[in-house]
Amino acid sequence: MSPTILVADDEPNIVISLEYLLRREGYTVLIARDGQEALDVITRDKPDLVLLDVMMPKKTGFEVCQEVRAVESLQGVRILMLTAKGRDTDVAKGMALGADAYMTKPFATRELVEKVAEILQRQA
Amino acid sequence: MKLDRRLLLAIGVIGLATVVWLLLTIGLIASTLAPAQRALVAEQLAPRFVLIGMTWLFGLVAIGATLRWLFRRYASAPGRLLEQTQVLLAAPKAAPMNHHGTKETRALAEAIFQLAAQRDSLREDVATQITNANLGVQQEKNRLAALMAELTQSVVVCNLDGRIILYNSRARLQFKALSQAPTLAGGAELIGIGRSIYAVFDRQLVAHALESVQQRLSRGAGSPSAQFVTTTQAGQLLKVQMAPVRNVDEGSAEITGFVLMLDNVTRAFEEEHLRDQLLHGLTEGTRSSLASIQAAVDMLAYPDLEEPMRERFLAVVREEVQSMSQRINGMTQKAAQGLKARWPMEEMLGSDVLLAAQRRIEARTGRSVTLENQDASLWLRVDSFSLTQALDYLAMRLVDEFDIKFFRLRLSANGQRGQLDLIWSGQAMSTETVMSWEMDAMRFGVESTPLTVRDVVERHGGEMWFERERVRHEAFFRFLLPLVSVQEQFEVLQNQSDEGRPEFYDFDLFQTTDQTSALEDRLLGDLTYTVFDTETTGLNPSEGDQIIQIGAARCVNGKLLKQESFEQLVDPERLIPAVTIPIHGITQEMVRGKPKITAVLPAFHAFAQDTVLVAHNAAFDMRFLQLQERNTGLKFDHPVLDTLLLSAVVHPNQESHRLEAIAERFNITVLGRHTALGDALVTAEVWLRLIPLLQALGITTLRQAREAAQKTYYARLKY
Repeated sequence: MSPTILVADDEPNIVISLEYLLRREGYTVLIARDGQEALDVITRDKPDLVLLDVMMPKKTGFEVCQEVRAVESLQGVRILMLTAKGRDTDVAKGMALGADAYMTKPFATRELVEKVAEILQRQA
Repeated sequence: MKLDRRLLLAIGVIGLATVVWLLLTIGLIASTLAPAQRALVAEQLAPRFVLIGMTWLFGLVAIGATLRWLFRRYASAPGRLLEQTQVLLAAPKAAPMNHHGTKETRALAEAIFQLAAQRDSLREDVATQITNANLGVQQEKNRLAALMAELTQSVVVCNLDGRIILYNSRARLQFKALSQAPTLAGGAELIGIGRSIYAVFDRQLVAHALESVQQRLSRGAGSPSAQFVTTTQAGQLLKVQMAPVRNVDEGSAEITGFVLMLDNVTRAFEEEHLRDQLLHGLTEGTRSSLASIQAAVDMLAYPDLEEPMRERFLAVVREEVQSMSQRINGMTQKAAQGLKARWPMEEMLGSDVLLAAQRRIEARTGRSVTLENQDASLWLRVDSFSLTQALDYLAMRLVDEFDIKFFRLRLSANGQRGQLDLIWSGQAMSTETVMSWEMDAMRFGVESTPLTVRDVVERHGGEMWFERERVRHEAFFRFLLPLVSVQEQFEVLQNQSDEGRPEFYDFDLFQTTDQTSALEDRLLGDLTYTVFDTETTGLNPSEGDQIIQIGAARCVNGKLLKQESFEQLVDPERLIPAVTIPIHGITQEMVRGKPKITAVLPAFHAFAQDTVLVAHNAAFDMRFLQLQERNTGLKFDHPVLDTLLLSAVVHPNQESHRLEAIAERFNITVLGRHTALGDALVTAEVWLRLIPLLQALGITTLRQAREAAQKTYYARLKY
């Protein structure tokens, strides 16, 4: 069975590309439009990887990340943070809160695909 | 004249001796005579014994007189000299002694007088030296105060208890901005000689800064200072730098007070914040859009993309590009509005800028420059040096290259900006030529600067261009320059009109410390007083009469601080009876639109904080204040002193204790009587003169003064 990836971002314009891209790569793609929805989907479907945007309504990516890491049963979920915040302090915070990797927008989709593959590999 | 006992004794002894001598002589003569002869002599002498007694008495009187003369001359003269010397000793200035005595005592008197004269001249020397020294100190103080007054930075000096000893007019303005009732008390309730700085700053904050200064000082730091930023009650952001005032002794680490330099950074901070926001919005927003575009473009690169998906990705790209353009447009607009030029500018009256430019151009080019100031009230925010330089440079190029003979400088308002034109008439010239000048580094003969006219314009956040008016055969360079806002203009004007160096300091406060004893037992001379007066619509507050004016002045350390006064007309919300208008001179017209008593009393309450209230016939004014307590929720529970009662304590035999009568008694010049502030100032002068008179009666503390006032006849009258 192909790995499941949740794309959590409130920008439909990036979601559309990410969804298309990941489907092409053969993953099962789930979508969440805000922090709360992301948390719900993660709890319910336990995806293998979450592409988590930091700036989202209702709950920020940081909050979602922290809450996921607090739940024992969700430890298998990998988190790749995507953000427009480019400051090194934000990267440090994301990693400290339990993200597996961090990518700053904008990024090349090829790099993203490689990163996703690498993280899933790590898990396996 | 009293006879000296010693003299009487001497005369008695001589009398006795002559009697003995006489009897001895008679006995001796008798012993040489035969008995018959002895009987004959006795018989002859017996009837003449009285005669003998007479001659003895006469001789004795003669001797006595001689003795007395000698005694007066030689024995009592030193006594008189002693008394005269004692007079000399007590006298502040020696007068020549009119001494009658022997040659010796006269010489002694002269010597004593010379000694006294020497003493006097020494005394005078010391006094002169003291006066000179005092004068020097006073001059230094004045110089310091003058220096402070001129500073454009706010400076406040406090003693260790946080009482204000000195402040400058800039600080006064700053505090006005901090005041919660700026139009009423004008910050005078916050800043004032002897007031506590803790009314503005948190005590802990100041203590902490002082502690860190002390630590650095004890570690041997040369000029330690501390800094803190604080928000005030009025929501202003203040940057405060603290430096210690140290004991004069070299090497002593004892701090006797501190200097605070205040900087209101509210505006700078807001600008900084805005700039941050702009930058942040620009980066984050742009990153997101770029990410969407890049991802979409990457997708578009797949050759096997179906047509509907291709359309969707293209739509993403178009949408994001559009939103980015919009964002950038918004940013530029905000940046232009919100961000002012960072170059330090000064506020200048437009006509002063014109004059400076005129002088400079005329001096250099020798061409005449006429001025047209179309709005005399314009204030510009300019770097006047570089601006006049730019105007001068352009004029010089015009003269050099086109031989322009006359110039005009014209200033007018153009929306939010000032518009300064350098105008000339003459032959046509190409726009390219003259506009190329703005990019040249300005050079005046040998003197050159790296600056270009463009730099100067950008420094002002302004613009500059070349324009032609063909009809009038004129051409001009137009500079758009920033104007000073009305509020800032007000500040500048205030700053300039604050003449000289008023009583903004009292270094004597360095010596005083906050006493722990209650106010009641403090000495009258040590207290801070708010001397006030009210004008009212009538005499009966309980029947609806209201305050229409409050005036007050402060007395600190025995000095009247006229600069720190409070004066406010009040809208009584009722008619002012026409019969009272001649008394106070306040008409209905004058109080229209003025604040109501419920707005004025809180400001006055703050002004009078921590002081003793003083008024003439205080009970009357206090009734009016106290009747408002329920409306304002403010209790005027300050200690109160009444100059009417205290005047009666000091001069119980005077008939009148009206303010005019007392002022006349004390020879106080009365100005502006029957305005609240005018009366308050007279009352304050009276009070300052009453203090020493009360002290002479043994009334030295607040408690004693209040008790003495209670006992007077007037205190028993009911109002």
